[in-house]
Amino acid sequence: MTTAKTGQVPLAHDSKTRAAPRRTALSAMGSRRLWLTVLGWGVAILIFFPIFWMIVTSFKTEAEAIADPSLIFSPTVENYVEVQQRADYFKFAMNSVVVAFGSTLLALLLAIPSAYSMAFLPTRRTKGTLLWMLSTKMLPPVGVLVPIYLLFRDTGLLDTRTGLIIVYTLMNLPIVVWMLYTFFKDLPKDILEAGRMDGASTFQEVWHLLLPLTLPGIASTGLLSVILSWNEAFWSLNLTSSQAAPLTAYIASFSSPEGLFWAKLSAASTMAIAPILVFGWLTQKQMVRGLTFGAVK
Amino acid sequence: MNKVRASGRTVGGTRALSLQAPAVTLLFLWMAVPLAMTVWFSFQRYNLLMPGMNGFAGLENYEYLFTDPALWSAMGTTLVLVGSVLAITVIGGTLLAVLFQQEFFGRGIARVLAISPFFVMPTVSALVWKNMMMHPANGVLSWIAELFGLPAVDWFSSLPLTSIIIIVAWQWLPFALLILLTALQSLDDDQVEAARMDGAGPLAVFFYITLPHLKRAISVVIMIEMIFLLTVFAEIFVTTSGGPGLATTNLAYYTYISALLDFDVGMASAGGVVAIILANIVAIFLVRMVARNLES
Repeated sequence: MTTAKTGQVPLAHDSKTRAAPRRTALSAMGSRRLWLTVLGWGVAILIFFPIFWMIVTSFKTEAEAIADPSLIFSPTVENYVEVQQRADYFKFAMNSVVVAFGSTLLALLLAIPSAYSMAFLPTRRTKGTLLWMLSTKMLPPVGVLVPIYLLFRDTGLLDTRTGLIIVYTLMNLPIVVWMLYTFFKDLPKDILEAGRMDGASTFQEVWHLLLPLTLPGIASTGLLSVILSWNEAFWSLNLTSSQAAPLTAYIASFSSPEGLFWAKLSAASTMAIAPILVFGWLTQKQMVRGLTFGAVK
Repeated sequence: MNKVRASGRTVGGTRALSLQAPAVTLLFLWMAVPLAMTVWFSFQRYNLLMPGMNGFAGLENYEYLFTDPALWSAMGTTLVLVGSVLAITVIGGTLLAVLFQQEFFGRGIARVLAISPFFVMPTVSALVWKNMMMHPANGVLSWIAELFGLPAVDWFSSLPLTSIIIIVAWQWLPFALLILLTALQSLDDDQVEAARMDGAGPLAVFFYITLPHLKRAISVVIMIEMIFLLTVFAEIFVTTSGGPGLATTNLAYYTYISALLDFDVGMASAGGVVAIILANIVAIFLVRMVARNLES
């Protein structure tokens, strides 16, 4: 929609001012567009290059990987085979999936009632509560690492998926509540009011009216939470060792001993980010709406 | 009408409370319990390697901490890291957002490529930069330097903090771009057009229309990034391990060293308390600023 609009602007401008014949204007626009294409793609490729290079390297032999950069080589999947023999990728990936989606689901379950009441039954304290919630995110994890570590050790949560799910749920809860709140607040009050007049209970109101109407917002909130949990490295490195270790730990395990084996490291890295990268690409449009906290309309 | 609203409010008060209770209680526990324990430990002599030596230490840990030059250096490093990455990502993100808002061939794909680093886990991006981009002998950057006949730079030993800043900024630039691009799409084209008709150049349009329009989005970017930048850990863990010397030890890493490498729970907790206080000082300013911006 926006594209169509911007596309029309120069033409409209042109016909109004009548400064130049249409054809010159069009070719001027064409060369401007050409430059923009070169610049835009240049920047995009520059930013994407490290990822691209990692993927390319993962298909090279170790000798080719440390040779002068080159795109001419015969691709091999040898690295993937070897990496898989060293550590079972699927075990780590499974942990990542369970932990990321489990914590997201739990965070949504806790956050929906909370955000509902903040959006539709606001009190004097609502703003304060929201800011307080967000401020807990500013608490550096290192500040509380020791107690959490000791608590987890004593309760047997160390190196368990449950433990990691608990941590990630609480870690993302403030952001999830905040985002849902902004989405809920956008909803016209009359709709829920009408439901209430018909005698709907709070649960029915949320389940039959609020959730279906704000599904896109809830989805984008969930997406962000999944990505943040997937990529979180501090807690996963410090609270897991073998059983519950997710992909962040998988890749860290390759960092020192495999430091000199770049091709294998690249293969492991590519596997670690592939699921979330594709997930991110597919959902970026949706996610953006949530990331802006409703502040950007 | 008034009656309904008045009664609705009191009923709503208790209902609101009960609906919020689970999230608020859990978050409070999550914050308060470890915090209380951290503060408690920080006054204890408690080293996991020296059992039987435990006891009340008073301010000993803090005394040691504040006379430890490493703490001050870690504070400085934290602030430089956060400040530089914020500056790079906000300025760079704004410029990129304007660029990717223009119409050009294949814009959709170019955008997706440009935001990709945001989805890459910090451990991976740190490893890729360390081994494939910035490696002094075989890295792509040194290869490029050689092409131009320049000496190769040993990034992590001669420019350690700069290297970390580059890596972290690379991860967060796409985030800023993503948010600011969305904000730009709601910019009123007619307003820009009107300004152009009045003879405003592209620079004037940018400074007087685009930038003010992005104010709120920029404050959102700053707020979210700040939360994550204050606690940068994986990038340092994987690349420099805080070194050489203390060059890349931020508060997060400093606490980590005392806790998990020196097994000194007391010291680590004192470091944690300092990290929390520092984060809160920053947070108070920030939350105020952002809250004001989001209000309007």
